[in-house]
Amino acid sequence: MSWSAIRIATVLRAFRRTELLVLVAAIAVAVSASSTVGLFTDRLQGAIRIESATALAADLRLESGRSAASLDLMEREAQRRDLQTGRTTTLTSVVHAGDIAQLTSIIASDGGYPLRGTLRISPTLYGPSQSTQDLPPVGQVFIDPRLASRLKVNIGEIVRVGVSQLQVAAILADRPDRGTGMAEVAPALLMRGVDLAASGLIGPASRATYALLVAGDPDAMDRFSGWVKLRKSAAEKLLTVAESSAQLGSASERAGRFLHLAAITTVLLAAIALAMASRRFARQRQDEVALLKCLGATRQTIIRRFAVELMAAAIAGALLGVCLGYAAQSGLAELAKTFTAVAVLPPASVTPAILGVITAIVMMAGFAAPPIMELARIPPARVLREDLSGRKIPLFFPALGAVVSLLAILYLYVNDLALVLGAGCSLALVTIIYALIGNGLVLIAKKIRPDSGVAWRYGMSALARRPRETTAQILAFGLGMTILLLLGVVRVGLLDAWRGALPATAPNYFLINIAPTERSSIEQFFSEKRVPIDFAPWVRGRLLSVNGTLIANRMPKSDRGRAFAEREQNLSFSADLPPDNELVEGQWWSRSSGLQPAVSVATEFRDELNLHLGDRLVFDVGGDMTEAKIQSFRKVRWDGFRPNFFLLFSPGVLDASVGSFLAATHLDEEGRKALLEFDQKFPTVTVLDIDGVLNSVRTLIDRAAAAITYVFAFTLLAGLVVLLAAVRATADERRYEIAVLRAFGASRLQIVSGGMAEFAILGALSGGVAAIASSAIGFFIASHWLGVPWRPTWSIWLWGVSAGTFGVTLFGTASTWRMSATRPARVLRGQNS
Amino acid sequence: MTKEVSSPDGLLTIVDAVSFSVETAETLAITGPSGSGKSTLLALLAGLDVPTRGSVILGGLPFSSLDEDGRARLRAGRVGFVFQSFQLIPSMTAEENVRLPLELIGAEDAGVRAKQALADVGLAGRARYLARQLSGGEQQRVALARAFVVRPTLLFADEPTGNLDRANGIRIAELLFDLNASYGTTLILVTHEKALAARCGRIIDLIDGRIVDESIHE
Ligand SMILES: Nc1ncnc2c1ncn2[C@@H]1O[C@H](COP(=O)(O)OP(=O)(O)O)[C@@H](O)[C@H]1O
Ligand SMILES: [Mg+2]
Repeated sequence: MSWSAIRIATVLRAFRRTELLVLVAAIAVAVSASSTVGLFTDRLQGAIRIESATALAADLRLESGRSAASLDLMEREAQRRDLQTGRTTTLTSVVHAGDIAQLTSIIASDGGYPLRGTLRISPTLYGPSQSTQDLPPVGQVFIDPRLASRLKVNIGEIVRVGVSQLQVAAILADRPDRGTGMAEVAPALLMRGVDLAASGLIGPASRATYALLVAGDPDAMDRFSGWVKLRKSAAEKLLTVAESSAQLGSASERAGRFLHLAAITTVLLAAIALAMASRRFARQRQDEVALLKCLGATRQTIIRRFAVELMAAAIAGALLGVCLGYAAQSGLAELAKTFTAVAVLPPASVTPAILGVITAIVMMAGFAAPPIMELARIPPARVLREDLSGRKIPLFFPALGAVVSLLAILYLYVNDLALVLGAGCSLALVTIIYALIGNGLVLIAKKIRPDSGVAWRYGMSALARRPRETTAQILAFGLGMTILLLLGVVRVGLLDAWRGALPATAPNYFLINIAPTERSSIEQFFSEKRVPIDFAPWVRGRLLSVNGTLIANRMPKSDRGRAFAEREQNLSFSADLPPDNELVEGQWWSRSSGLQPAVSVATEFRDELNLHLGDRLVFDVGGDMTEAKIQSFRKVRWDGFRPNFFLLFSPGVLDASVGSFLAATHLDEEGRKALLEFDQKFPTVTVLDIDGVLNSVRTLIDRAAAAITYVFAFTLLAGLVVLLAAVRATADERRYEIAVLRAFGASRLQIVSGGMAEFAILGALSGGVAAIASSAIGFFIASHWLGVPWRPTWSIWLWGVSAGTFGVTLFGTASTWRMSATRPARVLRGQNS
Repeated sequence: MTKEVSSPDGLLTIVDAVSFSVETAETLAITGPSGSGKSTLLALLAGLDVPTRGSVILGGLPFSSLDEDGRARLRAGRVGFVFQSFQLIPSMTAEENVRLPLELIGAEDAGVRAKQALADVGLAGRARYLARQLSGGEQQRVALARAFVVRPTLLFADEPTGNLDRANGIRIAELLFDLNASYGTTLILVTHEKALAARCGRIIDLIDGRIVDESIHE
């Protein structure tokens, strides 16, 4: 047969077959789920990049403590590369108004600040603010509300900076790079660079920090930051988007991981549906193949004929899937816009669409091609003897090949080897379990004929009569339900963990520099306002040696490790293990054992410095040598935004050296008004406002949660397609049996209850096992991979067994019901369909 | 020629040392009670199956020298079939069913020829009906059109009237022999109906896979 002999009309007609439609649906769901996730994670990452950039006021920030001149070369290079640039000078100095003086963080710029994010100014103290593109005019300044209240100045009044007199143009309500670290302690003043130069504050002795800000498209920025890394001197500090904002990173990473998991499971579900549908597709066309062979068709002709149909289905499915994917993804992006100020999401790329089409082809090749090959082996003599069928070809290896290639494609999507391998292994394990259960069920059904009622007896015997199909159905139902339950529980766990990590009452204000003598009066101040507040002692100290070896002699290689070893660290002590901390090794000190000086170390610090339990650490704390033994390691959840420390000492070790306290509290609208009063009462205490950061993290989490729910819907859809395909797997045989039973006088009720029994057994069995399997896999995924606490619930069992039984029975019974309505004569005369 | 198959009761000989030859344009009937091996013999003659021992030689070429695809190629365009259970593809129209053998040999004017063949069996008006929408008699007429549309040199028919009522059976038989006569096709017809067999030039009577009688008419 020539290619021209394959008529479009015939191919189109083939689409009237439900099986081909199920095939199209399976592919569409797989492709749309994976491309949605691909497209969306692309965009989510882009959005996070933008949020992180806001915290730097640029995509890249290069700081020098020496001179502005050293940054000029870098700036010229950035400009040569068509990147946006800006410069700032910051220094801490005293600002005067009348006879009041206040230590102030001065930020000066002549343009290009901020490159990312916006300034917000307001005409009154703590009043409504609006964003602005402009720096203050020459001769004028924007000042932090706390500075205004301490200097007791209003808009239009004069402040003195060095030798210059400058007019307050507006209250600086917010700026993108408002620090979230603890380094910045003084309220800010924003002024022109030329004014700063004229103020006389800049001189050889002044400790100013000069910064170059650069922004541009991500690829160009990556190249530029690589260029800078090679050329910058040790005195220059490079900050890039990629490194900033660990909190945003971890939430989005989890969301991304979940989305990837959802994509993988959806594709696998769709593959199951595809496998079931193509098996039936092949079985239904055995007669046609036998006839074609009689009429002189060769095996090749037959394969070609069906390959065209399947390819048409694959292409239809892939196109549909890509369209659905783009639609869903723009839906997600719309959704995202309502949550966030980030309106400009980076455009989606076409790669996911291409991968989508490849997914479709691989799914077809692995799951649909083998049954077609088997089909081509149907002996032509079948036209004379119905029971003849082709030699079975092993379906295992092609399916294995397809799963492996699918996982390979998924790896391209998700770029997470551990996940892909884990998914592959769990899938293999669960498949083996279900295959065993399927075979077991067939054996049992062959032996046992329950005496209780015709329905059960008929149901059991039906299972035994079709061993291959029973096993296939158990596999499909079981795998389908395992995957759905798994994703369901992981999703709930993830959302719970997120809500738990950032409760509405998470601290949004930090108080720094609290003198030990002030502590009780501050405690009283807040308790009068009924606002709870937590204090932590805050000590600065530098690590000197580990087990007697000077730290200089065991310097870590990484930048972070070097910072841990070289810089002064924030130390604290506590009698109890603080919230958000989890002991991973060693023991927490009990109150009675407080004799030996002990320290508990965060895992990040341990890993960078390669520390072990029992190591002796010596710190220089304000000139005193303090020694302590490592008694435990802690995993700290930084995304809770509570004050936490890499190094926590046992009580008694540092008590004498406490320089100041740190406090964290949650202030609502009402509480915030008390800040004015607080500022006046405790002028030396620095108030750090992280409400903005918290809000952007919350926004991100909301968005990720919405995305997760959205993508989960695709998985549910895939689950339904599996259910449909698996129930239909035995439809042809059952149709015939039903016709015979009807002919012998069985009532419709008897037939339907027999079918109901059969599917109830299948559903309950696969649902029960799915509950076990998804609990086990869910535990690993949650605890080892998403890093969220896992608590097994009984509801998953309830869900597994009841949804499994109910869903499968419902679909199965419905299909039996419909079939029992056909007149038996039609079926028996071979006019089925 | 012998065909043995394995069954739950051990090896079963279905066609037992049968040997005969058929001339071009001859009409041969194979008769015998149900289960005597007629269909199996037909399958062997048409190369749909291979004998355990012995061989089938078609136009000097032994089927045994060909693989399944080779035998299929040999059938294409030369051999027609009519079956007891019609074997139309239910999801295709009558016309598409008739076109099928033409498409397999890449015939140019498949559409025209298929329409003509349908008209020859009196079903021009049913061309666009799906096969499953037709009555049994109509289906078998479509099958006849499909069998003759390629002008086969050899036609195999297995109980062509077995699934039809008397009136339709007679009508199909008339059509079959008319078409056969007008194209001069060699016919091998399997039937247990004596009347039908009697219309062939030669009758082979089969019992338990052996030829028990052979008679020549006319
Ligand atoms: N492949 C096979 N396997 C087992 N038994 C077979 C096979 N082919 C034919 N038979 C048996 O051989 C006998 C002859 O079958 P068949 O040729 O269909 O007879 P007829 O067409 O004369 O009714 C029957 O009893 C049938 O069950
Ligand atoms: Mg027969």
